Amino acid sequence: MNATTAMEVNIEAKRILAVSISKLYASRTQRGGLRLHRSLLLSLVMRSARDIYHSSRECEAPSCAQSAPEEPMETSSSPEEPIRQPEPEPQQATAGSETASDPEEPGSEAEEYDCEITEDKENMSPERQSRKRRGKASAAPDFLPSKRARLEPGEERHAAPLGSCRAGAGDSLTTLSLNRVIPAF
Amino acid sequence: MAGPGGGSSDVQWCFSQVKGAMDDDVAEADIISTVEFNHSGELLATGDKGGRVVIFQQEPESKNQPQCRGEYNVYSTFQSHEPEFDYLKSLEIEEKINKIRWLPQKNAAQFLLSTNDKTIKLWKISERDKRPEGYNLKEEDGRYRDPNTVTTLRVPVFRPMDLMVEASPRRVFANAHTYHINSISVNSDHETYLSADDLRVNLWHLEITDRSFNIVDIKPANMEELTEVITAAEFHPHQCNTFVYSSSKGTIRLCDMRASALCDVHAKLFEEPEDPNNRSFFSEIISSISDVKFSHSGRYMMTRDYLSVKIWDLHMETQPVETYQVHEYLRSKLCSLYENDCIFDKFECCWNGNDSVVMTGSYNNFFRMFDRGYRHDVTFEASRENSKPRSVLKPRKVSTGGKRKKDEISVDSLDFSKKILHTAWHPLDNIIAVATTNNLYIFQDKVN
Repeated sequence: MNATTAMEVNIEAKRILAVSISKLYASRTQRGGLRLHRSLLLSLVMRSARDIYHSSRECEAPSCAQSAPEEPMETSSSPEEPIRQPEPEPQQATAGSETASDPEEPGSEAEEYDCEITEDKENMSPERQSRKRRGKASAAPDFLPSKRARLEPGEERHAAPLGSCRAGAGDSLTTLSLNRVIPAF
Repeated sequence: MAGPGGGSSDVQWCFSQVKGAMDDDVAEADIISTVEFNHSGELLATGDKGGRVVIFQQEPESKNQPQCRGEYNVYSTFQSHEPEFDYLKSLEIEEKINKIRWLPQKNAAQFLLSTNDKTIKLWKISERDKRPEGYNLKEEDGRYRDPNTVTTLRVPVFRPMDLMVEASPRRVFANAHTYHINSISVNSDHETYLSADDLRVNLWHLEITDRSFNIVDIKPANMEELTEVITAAEFHPHQCNTFVYSSSKGTIRLCDMRASALCDVHAKLFEEPEDPNNRSFFSEIISSISDVKFSHSGRYMMTRDYLSVKIWDLHMETQPVETYQVHEYLRSKLCSLYENDCIFDKFECCWNGNDSVVMTGSYNNFFRMFDRGYRHDVTFEASRENSKPRSVLKPRKVSTGGKRKKDEISVDSLDFSKKILHTAWHPLDNIIAVATTNNLYIFQDKVN
């Protein structure tokens, strides 16, 4: 892939990510509650876009490979925030700690998210309110699609308070932290 | 002009009626969300976003025009579901009717099941054309007379009255679904039915409302591992132990309830390998199955995904026996369709009475019919312009190449806000009901 195509793909992926995130946000306030099917599909698209975004970035700037691992952690964790926000905190901590362990399988999108979650622990907002009591701590690592799908029996999502602050909320869209738009919602 | 229908290519489809408000301002509550003929085809039910059910009844064929099939007129209208609020989850439960399924008729009354996201209701629709008159214990206005003035005994008699159609809820099946109900299906035993939400399928007995059996549960122990949801489910038309459910990954699982109480393990898995050439960001979304319907014979089933209709032989799990492209020209537009949310539209599909033709909707108020025998397909439009009584529908064509022929419409001119998601075919005759956003069009074949 040459640099130009990589850049186009990059822009396209970024755009799709942005669209997906806004859809995700919008779906939280729609009547009838979050739709599991729709949320799952959105997360699948976001995952593909994110993967392509990162792979095209790596294509563009192989020398930046070292910094790349940092970014995936941030960018992937951010999209998960809005979904996690309605959920209780204790779960997040345990989930976050377990993520780093999974070995990567190529093409296993689920695992890719794992290493990205480790950062998240620090970023988790203590302000997240949840009236729901969680059951057992989740055993598997978090990643975007599952966050969206993460409903306990009898639970549905509701709009999270917008007050949660994340580090780096001031980042602009143009920076790599595209996904930090979410915390600003 | 010939079109598919009834196995012959001589069918000409004509406009018959259109129901619903004619103005362009569509009230959201009037958006039709489901359409279903009953087993005889005499009744046609629609559900809308406002939670109402409207039932149309076909007039008997008139003696004056024996060749003309009867018109459908309003028979009963009732509010099936109301909006509810789940205080525990702080969630509103929409009153939109997701599905209606008729029960086979056993006596004078008609029964149907209607469901919203959370609650299924059994409605009894009965006619009253007589009322008791001649009470001598009551005054005209219904007040009881002073017993001292009553000197004779008179038995009231039934006298004819204007026909009144009453709908009453006979059963309410609630609190069995955590997620949103997408399907209901009456079993061929006429005693049980299934309801399916995103992760579970429940089996009910029509008489018992406080209990249901969970027969499929695909909820992972850890929700983070969720990769697919149930999108539709249906009982086999003849085998009361068999049902299928489709998934968001494009697979269909056939289950046999005799094998075990919990049918998490499928008896058959129908899946077509993905074409690697068609891989895109949106491959997963467009492979999600939005509807699954058994053929009347029970030998085949049809699935609808975003771009195609597939017919599967129940004996062959590896690939469908027939695939029909509904609007392949949209494949290059998936990104815009994602942005305007159209890619999430859930189109339904239906079979004609003898399983020779299948039909499904598209955009721009187009709907498509595929004749399986003649390998013939046609596109029609449900629009006011074609609404002259008995006017023959003209086939429409979308131009995909560079040159647009006269009468063709280009892909970019398609109106994506005009979508036909719900269609129904009369079980016996060539009569179809096609729902646009808030209108119901009825078309019939030209009878000569």
